[in-house]
Amino acid sequence: MLKILMTRFKQGCRTLSFPKGKPPVLPARYRGRPIIAAQEDSVDLGEITFIPDSGIRHSNDFRMAVSQREDLILKSDVSALAFTLNEKITKMFGRSLKLRQVSAGGCNACESDINVLNTPVFDLSRFGIQFVASPRHADGIVVTGPITRNMREALLKTYEAVPDPKIVVAIGACAITGGIFAASPESSKGLDSIIPVDLYIPGCPPHPLTILDGFLKLMGRIIAPRKFG
Amino acid sequence: MKLFNGGHIAFKDIPLLAEKDFRGEVLLRCHDGARLANFFGSPVAGGSVRLIAILAFDEESELQILSAKIPEESPRYKSLTKELLQAHLFEREIAEQWAILPEGHPWLKPIRYHANYRGVPDLWKNIAQQTIPGSYPFYAVGGEEVHEVGVGPVHAGIIEPGHFRFQCHGEEVIHLETQLGYQHRGIEPMMCGKDLKRGVLLSESIAGDTSIGHSTAFCEVVESLAGCKVPIKAQAIRAVALELERLANHVGDLGALGMDAGFLPTSAYFGRMRGDYLNLLLELTGNRFGKGLCRPGGVLFDMDVAMAEDFRRKLGRYKKEFEDVSDLLFTRSSVLARFEGIGTVPLKTAKNLGLVGPVARASQLEHDVRIDYSSGIWQFHHVPISLAATGDVYARALVRRQEVMRSLEFLLKLLSSLPKGQIFTPSGSLKTETLAVSLVEGWRGEIMHVGITDSQGALAQYKIKDPSFHNWFALTLAMRNQEISDFPVCNKSFNLSYCGHDL
Repeated sequence: MLKILMTRFKQGCRTLSFPKGKPPVLPARYRGRPIIAAQEDSVDLGEITFIPDSGIRHSNDFRMAVSQREDLILKSDVSALAFTLNEKITKMFGRSLKLRQVSAGGCNACESDINVLNTPVFDLSRFGIQFVASPRHADGIVVTGPITRNMREALLKTYEAVPDPKIVVAIGACAITGGIFAASPESSKGLDSIIPVDLYIPGCPPHPLTILDGFLKLMGRIIAPRKFG
Repeated sequence: MKLFNGGHIAFKDIPLLAEKDFRGEVLLRCHDGARLANFFGSPVAGGSVRLIAILAFDEESELQILSAKIPEESPRYKSLTKELLQAHLFEREIAEQWAILPEGHPWLKPIRYHANYRGVPDLWKNIAQQTIPGSYPFYAVGGEEVHEVGVGPVHAGIIEPGHFRFQCHGEEVIHLETQLGYQHRGIEPMMCGKDLKRGVLLSESIAGDTSIGHSTAFCEVVESLAGCKVPIKAQAIRAVALELERLANHVGDLGALGMDAGFLPTSAYFGRMRGDYLNLLLELTGNRFGKGLCRPGGVLFDMDVAMAEDFRRKLGRYKKEFEDVSDLLFTRSSVLARFEGIGTVPLKTAKNLGLVGPVARASQLEHDVRIDYSSGIWQFHHVPISLAATGDVYARALVRRQEVMRSLEFLLKLLSSLPKGQIFTPSGSLKTETLAVSLVEGWRGEIMHVGITDSQGALAQYKIKDPSFHNWFALTLAMRNQEISDFPVCNKSFNLSYCGHDL
């Protein structure tokens, strides 16, 4: 018992203060929100996989979650992505959000970085967000992966099992557009071609802070530059 | 015909035997101690298929490759599984991909649920049309008091999909059957063609937690086919990333094991500490999983003296922290009571199934690609093998702990003497009609990639073997006669890849 207490004392408190205070700064090589030069074509954040050799330049900004699909298509340089607040959702789920995760063919990178939100650094439960064991206990589902042909029915059944009102979150390039698997006949073209989506979190995989930022925006806990919808 | 790790051979030089002789040679060598490292079908012009087997002679650090032709008019051969259990899943895969019947296979069921690549009728009706949940012929045990428990594909936690069907008598598991294929994305066909950039991006996402392992294997196949010599500094950086990947996953696993035993302090600390290693990968590559690091010819990110020194200091701190926290886990008798004697895989079973990775080493099976088929920087910097004797959950946890310590020691040494020089050599065009093979010790075990080019130098076929392909069946056997409530801790002690199996 003494050893447990000693270790607890040594470990200290590692939880980030985010969203309070200045946003944490990620390492220099981190590839965040793309920087679009004036004459360049638009970039679809739901399609790109944030690789270093794509020709796209990236800023250090990890805040990339949006609630409307079209806000993922960056046409010019912006300081932040627009987030349309849904008053109904923030009113209903702003203080307590129970989510069910469905891995519909993900490679386990998105799943791992969602899992890490439960660890002390991010500590998701202090915001009232919790991942539950059954869709029947949940307010919504969080989907990762390109929705493979073999997982389609399981995903739909899980979605149907969540009682109304419910929300749907798509995490990662695969869930938004099929990602690098979009060309495969085994994969879908994105979650919103199957069920309506309320929150899109781009990345491959998105940094846990990007995911956390997205959840907090959805709940109205972070006020982003917004449009009303 | 003998090959080494990273070697290649002209396709026409692969020995082509009659089916009877092929079968005899494979069985003879494997009963003598060789491992069936790979066994797959390869299409030949005209509609027929060649069976290719790659046997591994770990003590000699050599691979032997041989093949047999299966004629189009008679797509069948005598199954090896009854005499060589290691062939079991390979033969099911060949049956599914090429519609070639392994006659006498005792457990012929689909594994990924897709239409075959020859365009002929599949061996199972409606395999690509039906959705798999519920339409799989599970092995059922009869009896009034026997009940079935089904888990998945959507699991309670945040984890990949797969279905487990338990045949139970009360709390005791009589039989467990694992059904996978839910994450089948069709990666192997997508790897073919001239677009090597797409190939490496796909390889990074075969299993996101093994990004470095699989992308290194892909790059080595391409480099072998292109005759490209990767600079030593790039090889060192790849090794740093591979070990950071191993550290992150092993530490995460130990945390998850603690959680499943109900011991929360270590699950919280290890969960956070896993992030420390991922953050080092983030600093090095801009991605927590190392996606974007390895490309054919080298790596995209350099490590200067300042960064190496910074990593060394951090890893020194993490090592002390790991020692403290793992001491807490491994001296707790209530935790050990949940680990010891659970899910035992005896050495004989491990050998028969051809297990790989920490799972095999926990059953005393001595095999580690970094030692047996050392290439690149591993030829100069050695990592001693981590073994355990009992083959239970405790042994698998212990092997992970040892491997973390050894990886940390390896990194501390390597980072203090990182080679200098270039990090990238552009690779040219690929040899035509050649087969190349690469082996990497991923954190779950032996990864093998095989690439075969056509007459234009484009990839005509690409075969991916994740270590989980060997090890899934071990979970089935380990759960026999165990309590069903021990399943989570047993499953976590294996921590196999669903998507690595499903491709």
